[in-house]
Amino acid sequence: MSELDLEDRLRFEQLVLPHVDAAFNFARWLLRSRPDAEDVAQEALLRACRFFRSFHGGDARAWLLQIVRNTCYSWLEKNRPMEQSMEFDEELHLQACVTPETLAMAGDDRKCLILALETLPPRFREVLVLRELEGCSYKEIAAITSIPIGTVMSSLSRARRQLHSALANSCHKEKEVVREV
Amino acid sequence: MRCEFADSLLQGYFDGELNAPSAAAFERHLQHCIACATELVDLDLLRDRLQLAQLYEPATAALRQKINADLHPIAPLTAASQPLLWQWLAAAAALLFVAVVLGRVSPGLHSDDYQAELAGEIVDAHVRSLRSGPITEIASGDERIVKGWFDAKLKFAIPVRDFANEGFALKGGRLDVMEGRSVAVLVYERNGRPINVFIWPSREPDTSARTGSRQGFQWVDWRKGKTEFCAVSDADRVDLEQLHHLINSSA
Repeated sequence: MSELDLEDRLRFEQLVLPHVDAAFNFARWLLRSRPDAEDVAQEALLRACRFFRSFHGGDARAWLLQIVRNTCYSWLEKNRPMEQSMEFDEELHLQACVTPETLAMAGDDRKCLILALETLPPRFREVLVLRELEGCSYKEIAAITSIPIGTVMSSLSRARRQLHSALANSCHKEKEVVREV
Repeated sequence: MRCEFADSLLQGYFDGELNAPSAAAFERHLQHCIACATELVDLDLLRDRLQLAQLYEPATAALRQKINADLHPIAPLTAASQPLLWQWLAAAAALLFVAVVLGRVSPGLHSDDYQAELAGEIVDAHVRSLRSGPITEIASGDERIVKGWFDAKLKFAIPVRDFANEGFALKGGRLDVMEGRSVAVLVYERNGRPINVFIWPSREPDTSARTGSRQGFQWVDWRKGKTEFCAVSDADRVDLEQLHHLINSSA
């Protein structure tokens, strides 16, 4: 990191480092794996440091998360190319991953939610994670994902609907069955 | 039953993203729409559940250590070698960045899905233009004025023609953003209905018109002369195809 002079390095530490949690959490949900998220978050921070001179103030978290997102998608393209082609077919994606059986096996509500969230198509998962876990505004989500605000809104709508129906179809049923027994 | 009309307003309302007049309008709608009221409750429950599950995963101590080690290398490079190495790394990073951007822009193997997705975005932009604010940033039926306005703002040139005699009156234009790129939008009016024609530069070869519909809107997309056009409206598809021919024969 020695290409930054002392002043820049201090600025980087003040502005960007407080968002390491956000970077890791976002990568974890995009990649659906903690170990991979650690590697990619670390790489994203390195990139952020390299690009830091191109950061001209503003929302440092959104700026960092944009880099995390690009790093994640490049990583996925290289390491899990099959997954990348899956994301275009939402129906297929859902069929392949969420079945009542897999969700039922998940057990408690937290596991159930994690599984349901992880099986959302990446485009939906990312807006939902940014909104619900990271608390980003639509404007911030639009900046991070490079999609127009209108699309952010419609993606959120579809993401929530899919999550809701995945949960309603599987987890609740399972709970009812357990109660009846 | 879902209330299609209020769907995206509902999300905006739920997330506290609507401006005061829109929120008030939605609240009026809510008083007599059971579908929206129910969905709002569902959204609340879902959010509570997500919050309760504490799904946020903070960085581990190990990751923080690794990042700190990156920031403060124990054995710094010699002063002479630093600038050159970093210049190379910066160039590599820039190339990577360009590759990522190009990767997003060029659709590759998924051209059909990509087109459907793109059309989706364009329809969203069309709906947005009808909902919020004026549909034109330059309101004029004068070809030269509209063309001049665009020329001053865009890095690419677009054909601007008024077809009032054929029943498509030029109303003006505006800029929009599609996948992070600036696109030009020409606004026409046909029998009182607005038609948005989205225009942006393309490297792909010319195509004939491809049509589709989404959310009750028709779209016609085509490429000519390194330029891509996509006309969207709730007007008849025949009207859009006629406009496509008018634009193509004048371009």
